[in-house]
Order: sequence, then structure tokens, then C-alpha cells
Amino acid sequence: MATIHIWGALRPCVGGAETIDLQAGTIGELMRLLEEQYPLTEPFIESGIAVSINGTIYQDSWQKSLPDNAEIYLLPRIAGG
Amino acid sequence: MSMVVNSTINGDPIEFSCEPDETLMDALRNRVGLKGVKEGCGTGDCGACSIRLDGALVCSCLVLGAEAEGRKVDTVEGMSDGAQLHVLQTKFLEHAALQCGVCTPGFLIAAQALLEKNPTPSEEEIRYGLAGNLCRCTGYDKIVRAVQDAAKTMNKRSKSKKTTGRKK
Amino acid sequence: MNAENKLPKQVFRSVGTRPVRPDGVDKVTGRARYGADYDMPGQLVGRILRSPHPHATIKKIDITKAEQLPGVKAVITSKDLPDLTNGDEDLLAILENCMARKKAYYDGHAVAAVAAVDANTAKAALKLIEVEYKIHKHVTDVDKAADPKAPVLRKDCITEGVSPAPTKASNIAAQSEFGHGDVAKGFKQADHIVERNFRTEQTHQGYIEPHACVASVSPDGTGEMWVCTQGHFVFRQQCAQLLGLDMAKLRVTSSEIGGGFGGKTHLWLEPVAMALSRKANLPVKLVMTREDVFRASGPTSATSIDVKIGIKNDGTITAGEATLRYASGPWKGSWAALGAMTAFACYDLKNVKTTGIEVLVNRPKTTAYRAPSAPMAAFAVESVIDELADKIDMDAVQVRIKNAAGEGTQSSYGPVYGPIGIGPTLEAAASHPHMSAPLKENQGRGMACGFWFNFGGQSCTHINIDIDGSVTLTVGTIDVGGARASLSLVVAEEFGIDYEQVKTVIGDTSTLGYNEMTDGSRGTFASSMSAIASVRKAIDEMISRAAIMWDIPAEDIEWRDGHAHATGKGHANLAPLSIADIAARAGKTGGPIAGHTELNADGAGVSFATHICDVEVDPETGLTRVIRYTVIQDAGKAVHPTYVEGQFQGGATQGIGWALNEEYVYGEDGRLQNPGFLDYRIPVCSDLPMIDTQILEIPNPNHPYGIRGVGETSIVPPLAAIGNAVSNAFGVRMTHVPMSPPRILDALEKAETETA
Repeated sequence: MATIHIWGALRPCVGGAETIDLQAGTIGELMRLLEEQYPLTEPFIESGIAVSINGTIYQDSWQKSLPDNAEIYLLPRIAGG
Repeated sequence: MSMVVNSTINGDPIEFSCEPDETLMDALRNRVGLKGVKEGCGTGDCGACSIRLDGALVCSCLVLGAEAEGRKVDTVEGMSDGAQLHVLQTKFLEHAALQCGVCTPGFLIAAQALLEKNPTPSEEEIRYGLAGNLCRCTGYDKIVRAVQDAAKTMNKRSKSKKTTGRKK
Repeated sequence: MNAENKLPKQVFRSVGTRPVRPDGVDKVTGRARYGADYDMPGQLVGRILRSPHPHATIKKIDITKAEQLPGVKAVITSKDLPDLTNGDEDLLAILENCMARKKAYYDGHAVAAVAAVDANTAKAALKLIEVEYKIHKHVTDVDKAADPKAPVLRKDCITEGVSPAPTKASNIAAQSEFGHGDVAKGFKQADHIVERNFRTEQTHQGYIEPHACVASVSPDGTGEMWVCTQGHFVFRQQCAQLLGLDMAKLRVTSSEIGGGFGGKTHLWLEPVAMALSRKANLPVKLVMTREDVFRASGPTSATSIDVKIGIKNDGTITAGEATLRYASGPWKGSWAALGAMTAFACYDLKNVKTTGIEVLVNRPKTTAYRAPSAPMAAFAVESVIDELADKIDMDAVQVRIKNAAGEGTQSSYGPVYGPIGIGPTLEAAASHPHMSAPLKENQGRGMACGFWFNFGGQSCTHINIDIDGSVTLTVGTIDVGGARASLSLVVAEEFGIDYEQVKTVIGDTSTLGYNEMTDGSRGTFASSMSAIASVRKAIDEMISRAAIMWDIPAEDIEWRDGHAHATGKGHANLAPLSIADIAARAGKTGGPIAGHTELNADGAGVSFATHICDVEVDPETGLTRVIRYTVIQDAGKAVHPTYVEGQFQGGATQGIGWALNEEYVYGEDGRLQNPGFLDYRIPVCSDLPMIDTQILEIPNPNHPYGIRGVGETSIVPPLAAIGNAVSNAFGVRMTHVPMSPPRILDALEKAETETA
């Protein structure tokens, strides 16, 4: 079970919670569970959510595993110039 | 109604036709095929289309094609001596005085005109001499250094030429 | 999978040298072909008609007369670009922006386009298009647009990210919060609190090359495009979707790019060129004028930022809070969210809260500009930190060192940092000779820090070993400022061969798998990671070919210094084989030799910079000049140090222009007053001193060579560094960027009145 931190704009889609607990082994599983359990997050997942695992930000790499007790933050996908 | 213009471009006699209201920039790019003349603004503010007209540095977007009749036009394409690059071209490469490179033809032409008028410019004179050319990538630092280095090299060469001349 | 990231390599033979770039000679001789330098046989000239109104419903467009003009081959409106976006909100925004549908949302919004045999005919045709508008009230100012009484751009705009969702439409498209701790408690612990509003005006990336493309759509449903872009794969994908073409049948070739800085990550005219070509059944060349570029390609957000920071007398920051309103043009952006994430990212704060508010205005659709959204937030926060340092009589660098984020700090946007470089840049600033150099009258020194997220993403590269032993690297990321030199160095390094033996080219969309754009400082970081993996595959293949040539087991061969070496007993008589030796026999040992990689390059790592700046202000005119400037930034490993310096210098200069001169000026009529380089003044050569740089190299543990992106962060600190320098010279706090002469004079006069 991992604790997932949710950024402000996504919180209304998960019932206002700052964190949620999900049993996910990879980023991909995390996204699947997020969409299943919180369907309102779907448009955000579609347009891209970045995942920070222990401080390293992953924009894609859905195969990336989530280590036990990892610190996980969902963040808006970052644009660059 | 288009008109026929005869001029000497990069040393060669060239005949081209253009509309009476067509800029020399457009004529050089689209009629003569000299695409090294770049359009950045079309209003004489950026210097990317800089060329020499009878030796004078001009923005070719502010000159009509018809005005080239009987005159000498020099563009970046004529700067090197065959495969031998002009010192300014070499120094721009060595100093990485270009990033995207779209302003480079204009800077080279403007720098050439500057060094002909003033072979030993100070940093300030270089900066004011090139103030009519915009570069958005480099912050100008490496451009100024390349021109300084080119001036030094050209002066050394012309000195050694003079010395050789005297010996003869 | 990522390339195997062993411990970053420490000893380099090619990486870190400064050779001439491979595309250099073409660029100094006029041979290099940019967007507008390419022609297709039979091509037409395209032109776009733009709305003169900032906010109007398009009641009717009559194109009949234009179509009848001899020489006109196609006239299109939004009807010729039907909505195929299938619920994709971002793509619909692109479509609506490329060609207005029901409403024109800003001065310069495209409403129709023509393709004709020549430019004069196309221009004449534009005049024959009759558009009937119903004009609405408009709003261009970010604070006025956020006001509930403002004219609402979109009746369906309900603020996202707030609970409960509002019931009424407004111009506030979204809101997002970041932070941790308890700011109210933090402010109670503070000995001093400063709270201020800061404003920054809208600026443009200002690339010298206007947007340009040549598009060709054939009746068989195939298409080709030549275009100046930061990402041809993205352009292909989006154009194919918008035009209803199979992606594989649209081949996009990227031209040389005359600057982008984020502005060429977005479609502005390309789908229009394709729709014209489809209708005319001939290729169409479409080039923006400079005026079009300013009016109708995306600048950065204008902002209004409220900042409140508390500090103890010992220099500890106890709380930081910011509300950041970013104008995004007429469509929802995520620019304020980025500002809110980056605002306090340099610091270790126990209590921090930021709120980003996305505001719709009647201005062009904003897009990324180098470290998008970070410079404005940094201007606000870094100015207040200086003010607080002054209040507690502490040195500006020391107060930052005391509060700098480090490994283990919880960042203001959430996650805990790994090893990061803010501390070392500050330490380097503290001991830099610039910090202690004497100043003259009317001069001041300022410093500031900046943060940016770098990223990596999808990358695909290909290595070909040619039969003479030379090596081609094909990448799918655009080279905006020397990347081909850097990538050739990386390939030479990994093979153990000379730089001159490698040629790096950029493939078109049909030659490689998908690549994300050159943005987010990712070009060299991501493509080098992929290139290293491709080289390793090619080396493995060459070892197996050497094994065939020598008739020994591959395990007895090792690769070193560009050669296959036979190791172990009985092989002492075998002379090493060069790449050329192996390549010459390739046909007889199994065919061509190549190496190919697809990967998601993650682990770019965040980036920090510290800048020091001296200004001189003329108290009579308010004219402010930068007289000395130093950039200190971490590059991880500088592959081609000269081009790294170039990125630092260029970014700093754009920041200087933003700080002192550049701004979009709108009239009461909602029209842009300065769409040209004469009135929108970017820095010229005589405005500036040399820009000194100091490259720090703290290896990125997530890259095999320790490389970090270096493209963007250098634009973040200058606004605040210059504001702080002006403040230190005259004791006035500048809160509005650009600090143009009238604003400086106002501030000076106000300060005089206050002291008098």
C-alpha cells in the first residue's frame, strides 16, 4: 500500500483528500487504479500526470516500479521551453 | 508589370526580373536564390537581411529590387574566397558566436563593413557597430569576442603582408 | 528502458572539449535552410486574415469575391478545418486558435486564409474577404480579467480545482495549490514579514526567424511538411489529427530553426497551410510576418503575484505564501500552476503555501517561454527575500545560504529533493570576485536564485556504422543551439573515436520512432542517453562481428579506444580491429551494422542557478543599464562547454530584456500597440556587457555521463537580480517589470517625496 500525495487542482477529483492510499506496484497500475476508483481524474490522466518517486520526476515510464515506502507525489505534467 | 534589373551580385553579372514594389530582399531570396539573406522583420529593425550595396551596409528589406540596377550587391554567399572561409566566418565558428544561426549572415556582413571602416575597433565600437543586428540566442558575448579576434587576426595578416611587401 | 546508468563516468576524452559544430560552415555561408528557405514545385503563397477586434462573434464570412479573384486557388475558414479533436480539450484549443470558429478572442486571431499564385494576389484576396463581426467588451489585464465584474470570455468556463465547483462562469479557468506545513503558524514565529504585490508584463520569445512552413496534401491522403519547429514528431501527430490523415502518411521534416525558446513547441499556422494545400491541391508556403508573430504566436503570461514571507532575526524564513495570477490568453493553461510550483523551490521552508490562478484574457494564446512561468514567480519571491535580508541586516547571499534547500528538503511543490545544486551555486557566488568588486555612484549590485524542472521523455536514436568506419547518429530532437556538436561528442566518447569520425543528423518523422520536442532542457540530456545506448548496441554487434572475423568466442573480445581487442590466452597475435576494419567486412559477417534505441529518458533532475548583476541607473532619465553580469549554474557535466556558456548567456540576456525593456502594450481598444522589433525592444549589442559564466559540474546520478539539461534556468533569476540591484542602488523596491525608464523615474520620485 502506497500513500499518494495529490496536488491541489486534482484534490476535488479524489473527494478533496490530500493523500490517498493505493495498492500499486508500478506507475501504470497506479494510474489504472486512480482512474477506476476516482473516475473524475480521467481527463487529468489523459492530458498527463507526472509522478515523483522519492524526488525523481517521471512524466512517462509507466513500467517504473514503486518501491516500498516510497514517497509518491502526483504533479501536473510539466511544460518546457 | 515586372521589370528587368542588371547588377553585379557577389562579383558576377546577374540579370533578374522583379515587381516595381518588390524589395531587394525578396528579389535576392526568391528571384536570385540567395537564401542566406534572411527575413526577420521586413521593417529594417533586425538586420538579418543585411547586405552591401556598392559597399554600403543596408537592410535589403528597405531597398527595392529595382534600386540594384547597375550596382554592386554583396551577400554572405560571396564572403568566402572559394573554399577559404573569411576570417570572420572562421572566428564565428571557433567562438560559437552562433546558436540558431539565422542572424549570422547579417552579423557577418555588418561585422565585415565595420572592420573595413575601423580595423581596430574597441569593444564599445563593436557593440555600437553591431547594434542594428538582433540576436536572441547568444547575448552577443561570443559575437563580440569573435569580431575582436577576427580584427586581431586580420590586422596581423595585413601587417605581415605589408612587411613582406617592403622586403620585396 | 533507460540506458544502463552505471556510476557516472569521470574521465572523458571527447566530452568537455570545444570543437567546431558540424552544422557550422553551412550557417556562416548562407547554405543552412530555415523554415522559409525551402520551396516545393508548384507551391502557392498563403496569407492569413486576422481579426482586428479583441473579442467578437463572427456572424458571417463571405469569401465569394476572394475566390473569384484570378490567381486565387483556395480560400478557407474554420469550415475547412472541421473539429476532429474528439473531446481532446488541448487539441481543440490549438484548432480554435489556428482558425477562429464562432468567436475571435484577440487582436490578430486568424479568421480566414487564402492561397494564391503570388504574394500580391494573396494580399489582394484578403481584402476581398468580408467578415461581419458582433463586437463584445474585452479585457486584456490579468487582474481586471480575474475580477468577477469583468466581461467573461467563455460562458462555459467554470473554475477547475476548487470545491465545491462554482456555479457561475468566470475568466478564472483553474486554481491549484501547493505547499505544506501551517503558514499562519509560521508567520506568528516571524520577527519580520514583508507582503507585496508584483506585476510582470507579457513578453515574447522573440526568435529572429518567424514561423514558416511549406505543406503539401495530396488527393491520395498523403502529406508532407517542411517546417521550423522544436518538435516535428509532435507537429506531425497534431496536424494529422486535425486534418484527419493517417500519421504514417504525413512526413514532417524539420528545417534549421531560427530560435524557438518554447514558442516553436506549438502549432500556429501549420494546420492552416495543410488545409489550404488540401483545398488548392497544390503545395502551400505560409510564412508569418513579424507583426503576425507578435500578434498571433504565443507569448508568455502577464502576471500579478502577491507574496508574503516571514523571517526571524537569525535569518530563518518561517513561512512563505504566494497567490499567483497568470494570464493564459483565451484558453486554459497550466502556467500559474508552474509558477506556484517553482516560486519557493530554492528554499527549505517548513511552512509554505502557493496558489496558482489561471486567468483568461483577450490576448494571444500563451505558450512556453524558457523555464515557463518560473521567472515571474522568482522575481516576486527573490525581491522579498532581499527586502527581508535588508530588514535583519543580513547579507543577501548568506540569508539564501541559510535557507537553501538541500538533499532531504521537502520541496515547496511536494517531493523531497535528492542531491541538488542550489547550495553550491550560492557558495560559488559568495566567493566570486564579482561580489566584492567596487561600485561607483548610481550603481547597485543585486543577486538572485532561480529554479527549473528539467525533463527527459520519449527519445529514439539510431547509429549507423558506415563501411569506411565513419559513424552517423540520427536523432529526432531538433538542434536549437549546438546539440549536434554535443551529441557527436557523446558518440565519439562512447565509441572511443575522434569527434570528426561522427556525423549527427536530425531525422524526419519517417526515419525514427516518436521523439518528444526539444523543450524542458531535454535535447542533449535525453538524446545523449539514447545515443549512448545505441552506441553500446553497435559495439556489441561489432564485437560479435570481430568474433566471426577472428573465429574466437565473443567473450574473448573487449572494446576499448575505438577498437575490438582480443583478450585471453592464445590471442596475443591478433592486432586490434578498428571500426573501419570491422565495417569493411560487414557484408560478409552478417550485413550492415547499426544500433538503435527507444527509451523514456527520465531522471533529468531539477536545476538551479545563482546570478549576480551590477546596474547603473541614470537618475535624470531612469535609464538603467546592466554593466556587469555573472551566471553560476550547475550543468551536471558540460558536454561542449562553449555551448553551455552560450545557453547561460542567452538565457540571462533574455531575462535582462524582460527586466528592463520588453512588454506587450495594449491600447484601450484591446489592440496590440507594439507588434514590431522597433517598439518591442529586445536587447541589442550596445545595451550589454560581456556575460560572465561559471559552470559547476555536479554529476547527475541518473545519466551515464552525469549530464543535466542547461537550456532554461538561466532566464529565471535576472528579473529579480536586476530589481535587487536597482533597490540596492537607490533604496527603492521595484515591483513592476519591465523596469523601463518611466517606471524607474516614478519609483525614484516617489522615494524622494517620501523622504522629503
